[in-house]
Amino acid sequence: MIQFASSPRRQLTIVAVILALGAALVALTRDNYSLLILTLVPIWAVMGLSWNLLGGYLGLVSFGQAAFFGLGAFTVAVLAHDFGITPWIGLPVATIVGGIASLIIGAITFRFRGFYFALAMLAYPLALLNVFEWAGWSEIAIPMRRDAPWTHMQFEDPRIFAWMALALFGVALAASLAIERSRFGLSLFAIRQDEIAARVAGIPAFANKLKAIAISGVLAACAGGLYALLLLVVTPVSVFGMLVSAQALIIPMFGGRGTAWGAAIGAAILVPLSEWLHGEFGAVLPGIAGAVFGLAIILVVLLLPNGIYWSLTDWLARRFGNAGQTVTPILPTVDATREESSCKPAPGETLLEVTGLSVAFGGVQALKDVTFSVQRHEILGIIGPNGAGKSTLFNVLSGLVRPDRGQAVLGGSMSLIGRSPEDICTARIGRTFQTVRVFRRLTLLENVVTGAFVKFKTDDEALRQAWQVLHRVGLAERATQMGAALNNRELRLMELARALASDPDIVLLDECLAGLSAEDIGHIIAILQRLRAEGLTIVIIEHTMEAMVRLADRIVVMDHGTVLVSGAPSSVLKNPDVISAYLGKRWAQHAEN
Amino acid sequence: MEEFLQLLAAGLTRGCVYGLMCVGLALIFGIMRVINFAQGDYMMLGMYFTMLFTALVAAEGSTAAFYWAFVAAFLSGALFYGLGALSHKALIGRVTGTRVVSMEDEGHTPQLLLTLGISLLLQNVMLMFFNSTPRSIRNPLSGSSWQIAVWGDQVIIFLNQARVLSALLAVAITVVLIVVMQRTRLGRQLRAAAYNPVAATYVGVNVNRAHRTAFGLGIALTTMAGATVATYHPFHPFTGFEFVIIMYAGVVLGGMGSVTGAFFGGLVIGLVQQLSTLVLPVQLQTAAIFVVFLMILIVRPQGFFGRNVERA
Repeated sequence: MIQFASSPRRQLTIVAVILALGAALVALTRDNYSLLILTLVPIWAVMGLSWNLLGGYLGLVSFGQAAFFGLGAFTVAVLAHDFGITPWIGLPVATIVGGIASLIIGAITFRFRGFYFALAMLAYPLALLNVFEWAGWSEIAIPMRRDAPWTHMQFEDPRIFAWMALALFGVALAASLAIERSRFGLSLFAIRQDEIAARVAGIPAFANKLKAIAISGVLAACAGGLYALLLLVVTPVSVFGMLVSAQALIIPMFGGRGTAWGAAIGAAILVPLSEWLHGEFGAVLPGIAGAVFGLAIILVVLLLPNGIYWSLTDWLARRFGNAGQTVTPILPTVDATREESSCKPAPGETLLEVTGLSVAFGGVQALKDVTFSVQRHEILGIIGPNGAGKSTLFNVLSGLVRPDRGQAVLGGSMSLIGRSPEDICTARIGRTFQTVRVFRRLTLLENVVTGAFVKFKTDDEALRQAWQVLHRVGLAERATQMGAALNNRELRLMELARALASDPDIVLLDECLAGLSAEDIGHIIAILQRLRAEGLTIVIIEHTMEAMVRLADRIVVMDHGTVLVSGAPSSVLKNPDVISAYLGKRWAQHAEN
Repeated sequence: MEEFLQLLAAGLTRGCVYGLMCVGLALIFGIMRVINFAQGDYMMLGMYFTMLFTALVAAEGSTAAFYWAFVAAFLSGALFYGLGALSHKALIGRVTGTRVVSMEDEGHTPQLLLTLGISLLLQNVMLMFFNSTPRSIRNPLSGSSWQIAVWGDQVIIFLNQARVLSALLAVAITVVLIVVMQRTRLGRQLRAAAYNPVAATYVGVNVNRAHRTAFGLGIALTTMAGATVATYHPFHPFTGFEFVIIMYAGVVLGGMGSVTGAFFGGLVIGLVQQLSTLVLPVQLQTAAIFVVFLMILIVRPQGFFGRNVERA
């Protein structure tokens, strides 16, 4: 099902129903303890949503959400206690503090990935905990202001506060659902599934991550601020402690990671459960709540490993089939055939000039003084045995590897060296990978549309472009398939389509014919020839000599990181150096005779 | 100067014990690629076991209590090897192994949750039985020191006897483990399972069994370190958490997957913790660890001894 740019109306209706039911439940509840739980559920759901932005959408597990939660709580509490400032101002200030802190933490911590990110995030709340205790804020009570309850958010009717928490939850949930459907959300999913592919497709990874952590920090700080106002006493352990971070992580993982509903489900089940256990048995058997909580988590992991939401949707899909699930966006009918033009190589007009490129990995000299140029509208083939440095060359040209020496200039003036992959994509260079990099859990159309973001600023334009490119490579009828379901030919074409979606001047194709049948190769060659006729410049790495001869205008032969020869296919293939590099010395002698 | 040397000595003894804890975690983390949140809680169980065993065989507060605690450390090593292997078989092995070890992201979610669940369960079950009062194994060695004179008699350093003996034991166990990892068939299998689990299967290593061994061994080593800590440091059901953070800091410092690195990582953490008191208030000791941890992550993300394996 294509989620990107789909209509959120149905989801928003459900949000409205939940909020209405929650508000009604609060209105009917009289006893203070139940109201406390009814207020805690939305607060923790917001924390779960905050975690889900990083851990769910972006796939970066954070053990440090308590840092933002605690800063929010302390900002509100300190402002009220030390300066007598009302929470009406304190809460907005807390969100600003949370946002700024999250940007700083993000800027430092996004250098790390995987385990390192998770563990580094652990450090912040615990360091803050120590700092706050040392600074003398070991316990802050928010002063009672019976004189002016409304101006200090101390309502006589505790239901008002529950409604406020519910409202915050509604905003956070709706925002998360909107993000899941937006290009920002799709960018996050793409980064989670393959950061390199996302960057090469023109999605600025770092900027998107910062945006995600900023929203995450703001939500967590808001939740923390409300939590402080609810309990009226703040200690470093209660807001920066590991339990806060753990709960922020357990709730969405239990409910379903990567979907806004997960946090809502998780909070609705786990928070009342643990509060009830604590209230019922806590006095007799301290720890019973935690033990049951722990046991529940263990059981859920073993029985429903993906969380409740995904297990439920999987079960529903199996039980009732996919009917009613497939949401196809309204797409324009596309005329795939463009204006027939026949671009031929334009000699003299150099599009890409590579001079003296050298790269060493430790002791291995992957590229040594590589020099060549690409003419506009040309198909340039790069061949060479394994380890010749072909893919490293593409990695340099797409900004993934920084060369030790040398220059690569696009269009006569723009240097590519030192630019990020995102920048290079913006400069209208597309590429594919030797091992296909697919976003496995996005549909084909979504895979391709990620490539269109860099050029097309509205979702409609981007979708139209993706749709059109899919038509051009002949994959349109597979648009709603998941990336994981595509076969090798479709994957190669998908990568080509994703590269084309940014409307590049030049594409770098890394062995895009590898492992394909003769028929499929013929199909792709025809597509490439048509693309060239439409004005594209193509640099292609390939092993299959036959395909290369059919396709390329010129061939560059590489071996051991250097350029052996370059020229027209017919002359290159007769070169003794090429024959000896490819077939061994004996064949070279044989060919000479 | 005297203060510096005193703190240096204290940091070294503390760091050696941390080092052994880290070695235990590094085996699990490095070989299975599992973030085990419950590591410290298994250790906490081991501390209680040592306390109960010692109370059974030796008079409270006697010198014998200390040495029996060391015996208990080895006993708990064997016992917790079994418990760890059992936990792996019954719980952790269901969400780890060759199936998920190569998945960078997706496969780890259930593992994280599971070990968090185990951690919560162990902490709270122990809370039910022993309440939150800090316990300790009382013995005379934890209160007495050796005095060592440096530079004639100008500077005298006090070395806590219980801490020094614990540190020596930790170093000895670590050395034995390193030899086992380098020289024996078991060690080679474990390392193969760590570097490339899929390839290891092809050459006949039973990776899931290697993981079980690693988990058992990892828990056992950390628990042995914990048992010695119990002779001079009060503990309670939530003690595990204080230490698990130190352990992770040490393992990351040393470089994931490196046993030697983990030991030195732990050593550095111990030194930082002690030496930071020269310039920082005591309350900021732990904060100092985190700052050092972050700084080293930034400067050298693969750790001191680790190798950078990420490729494009």
